Amino acid sequence: MVGAAQPRVAMEANPAKLEVRGLSVFYGKTAALREVNLRIRENEIFGIIGPSNAGKTSFLKAINRMDDFTAGMKVEGQVLFDGKDVRQWRNVYALRRRIGVVFPLPVGLPLSIYENVAFAPKLSGIKRKSELDGIVEWCLARAALWDEVKDRLHSLGSLLSGGQQQRLTIARALSQDPEVLMLDEFSIAVDPVTTMRIEDVLKELRREMTIILVTNLVQQARRLADRTAFFLDGSCVEVGETKDLFSGNARSTRTADFISGRFG
Amino acid sequence: MFQATKRDVRNKNVEFLWRLLFLTMTVLLVLPVLIILATLIVKGGPAISLGFLFLEPTNGMTEGGIFPALVGTLWLVAVALLISVPLGVAAALYLSEYAPDNWLTRVINLAIINLAGVPSIVHALFGVGAFVLFFGFGTSILAASLTLAVMTLPVVIVTTRESLLAVPRAFREACWSMGATRWQTIRRVVLPNAVSGILTGVILEVSRTAGETAPIMLTGAVFFLPFLPQGIFDQTMALSLHLFVISTQVPNVPEHLPYGVALVLIAMVLMLNAASIGFRVYLRGRKKW
Repeated sequence: MVGAAQPRVAMEANPAKLEVRGLSVFYGKTAALREVNLRIRENEIFGIIGPSNAGKTSFLKAINRMDDFTAGMKVEGQVLFDGKDVRQWRNVYALRRRIGVVFPLPVGLPLSIYENVAFAPKLSGIKRKSELDGIVEWCLARAALWDEVKDRLHSLGSLLSGGQQQRLTIARALSQDPEVLMLDEFSIAVDPVTTMRIEDVLKELRREMTIILVTNLVQQARRLADRTAFFLDGSCVEVGETKDLFSGNARSTRTADFISGRFG
Repeated sequence: MFQATKRDVRNKNVEFLWRLLFLTMTVLLVLPVLIILATLIVKGGPAISLGFLFLEPTNGMTEGGIFPALVGTLWLVAVALLISVPLGVAAALYLSEYAPDNWLTRVINLAIINLAGVPSIVHALFGVGAFVLFFGFGTSILAASLTLAVMTLPVVIVTTRESLLAVPRAFREACWSMGATRWQTIRRVVLPNAVSGILTGVILEVSRTAGETAPIMLTGAVFFLPFLPQGIFDQTMALSLHLFVISTQVPNVPEHLPYGVALVLIAMVLMLNAASIGFRVYLRGRKKW
């Protein structure tokens, strides 16, 4: 297993997949996120840690333009996806198809396991059964769920255990063939064993896509993330190489305090 | 040792009294329904026969059957449903899935609530003005059904909106994040899970539509017609109006006739309701969360 602490020199050369400039998010008059600037590189796992109400989820929502569909949510600043401002995408649906999302609590759509994973491919117009079958098997296998569900693909997704459901949502996110995968505290409702299995999956996926990992477990960021950002009270306090942050080289004392568990 | 304090005893007694009160109220509510049904069955039962159901009224409506009225009511309910369900569901979808929360939406919501409070005779006058005269449908099934549809729209809209709201928002967000449009989300996830609630609205509407008298007697239902309506531009008899007519307007009607008509009307509504409830149970059995 390759630890995140191992230096990855080639990483530095990777171009920015996402660049966030002066990003602020408001709900009504309340600011949930203020003036965040950071770059997320292609094929890295970018960890975001911080206590609740730090603006982590709002950050993710701004990236795939959920504010378009959320009453009262307003976004200022820029999010550049492959160098192009996401606000400039005329078709927000095409943008969202390229960004997979995994929510904190597993959201199994009230459909069968098969239909959960075939949902996004069907939306993009794939109709042939053989093709859909292939995608479903591939995605479930990537999410380390295939062996457990291959004999009951047509039973309800919501009958699965919590950990299985969360892997189902990962399979579903993969079925979009995303360039960016955003995970929002995926391990909150998942047992430790499943968490480790999903972490292994993420290490594999890094080769193919950029991963933003918002996590409630500081040690998870340490295990997985190439670089980590620390959010606090709606601001990004610090972004740095994960190994630096965790080896006591955090620039901010608040970051160091949070990482060492003195608050949060 | 456990020892119940005075306060404990009092709490328990008060609890018992409240429970008794609520139970009494519930029983009192059911009682009128049972009495009505029993009276109708006892007094109207003898009137029911195949001839009563499938023949037209004869001898100045003091003899014969009610077939034209029965068919007429079915026409009115069916046409009214065809108009109000698509319209009401579409409006509810717009209001709960698309509409931004601004003053226009709030005005529309207020208008819907007020529409529900308009007395049916006022709806009737509106129907005469709008559908019979202005649109030139004349007194016809179409005009009467349109009037009924307008009258019952608020029920459909409100119950549909409630059942849409009952579908968790997380489902929508999961769909949206996969690049689904609002319509794709509604079509594949929201509507299938709201159908049983929407049907509840339709059930309520059927009951009300079949029983209303005032809105239809000015817009399309008539006193007596010896033949069946052939289309939506014909006038028709209707059970509710027929009941009103033979109980108040026609002399020398044998007593069992109006009771028979009432019994048929109620049985029809109950059967339609039973069908929808059966369908709902079937759908709920397939509910996925």
